[in-house]
Amino acid sequence: MDLDLLGVLVAGFAAGVAGGLVGVRGGVLFVPALVLFLELGQLEAEATSLVAIVMVSGVGALRQRSYGNLRPRDALVIGVLSPAGVAAGVVVANLVPERSLELGFAGLQVYFAYGLVRRGLSPPPPEDGPAARTSADA
Amino acid sequence: MSPRTLRLAVIATVAGAFSGLFGVGGGTVVVPLLILWLAYGEHEATGTSLAAIAVIAALAAAAHALYGNVDLAKGVLIGIPAIAGVVAGTALQQRIPGSAVSLGFAALLLVSAGFLVF
Repeated sequence: MDLDLLGVLVAGFAAGVAGGLVGVRGGVLFVPALVLFLELGQLEAEATSLVAIVMVSGVGALRQRSYGNLRPRDALVIGVLSPAGVAAGVVVANLVPERSLELGFAGLQVYFAYGLVRRGLSPPPPEDGPAARTSADA
Repeated sequence: MSPRTLRLAVIATVAGAFSGLFGVGGGTVVVPLLILWLAYGEHEATGTSLAAIAVIAALAAAAHALYGNVDLAKGVLIGIPAIAGVVAGTALQQRIPGSAVSLGFAALLLVSAGFLVF
């Protein structure tokens, strides 16, 4: 098998698994794979990765719906309203030094991680998904 | 607007803003906020995040396509193995307790924060 094709298959599959496990879009894997293995420029790779992201997140959402893990109205509200945030982010990115933004986002991620670790180490709430309910019932 | 919808709007704005700032996917912001702020279960948060990402990415892809930046064939080429991956990932996730999803996501966030700082 062509090595570039193999790289595309591996990167695509890995991005999909990540999306299925933790609900992220996988662009961090799609973009470099499109640049390295399919010879796209950075801008084209970022734009083209969105096609794969629509595919993987759409199928992933449908799978999660079949497991009872989807609130479609909430997802639609977030999806439709987020472009306003994108525009605000672009404006802020041009006003605030890049290093300050990086450190601020890193701090926010650490704060989120702290909250999730606390939650992960505490007893599961009753409204958790089917896997937790199953394990709790076992 | 109900308080809950207002919170969803804030989550959408914050997720979009960080996407505009850093080009990161909304999931790294949407999933923790749904869990920590709206008391979602971990599995519901990841499922709902995926659906929101589909909407966001479709809008962004359409905008990029207008500028001729999208190579549809190559996007589909890498998207096909990704579909197999997400089907496997979601199936695997159902066998994992929510607490493990939280801890795994926390590890992902810390690694991402480390890359930003260093």
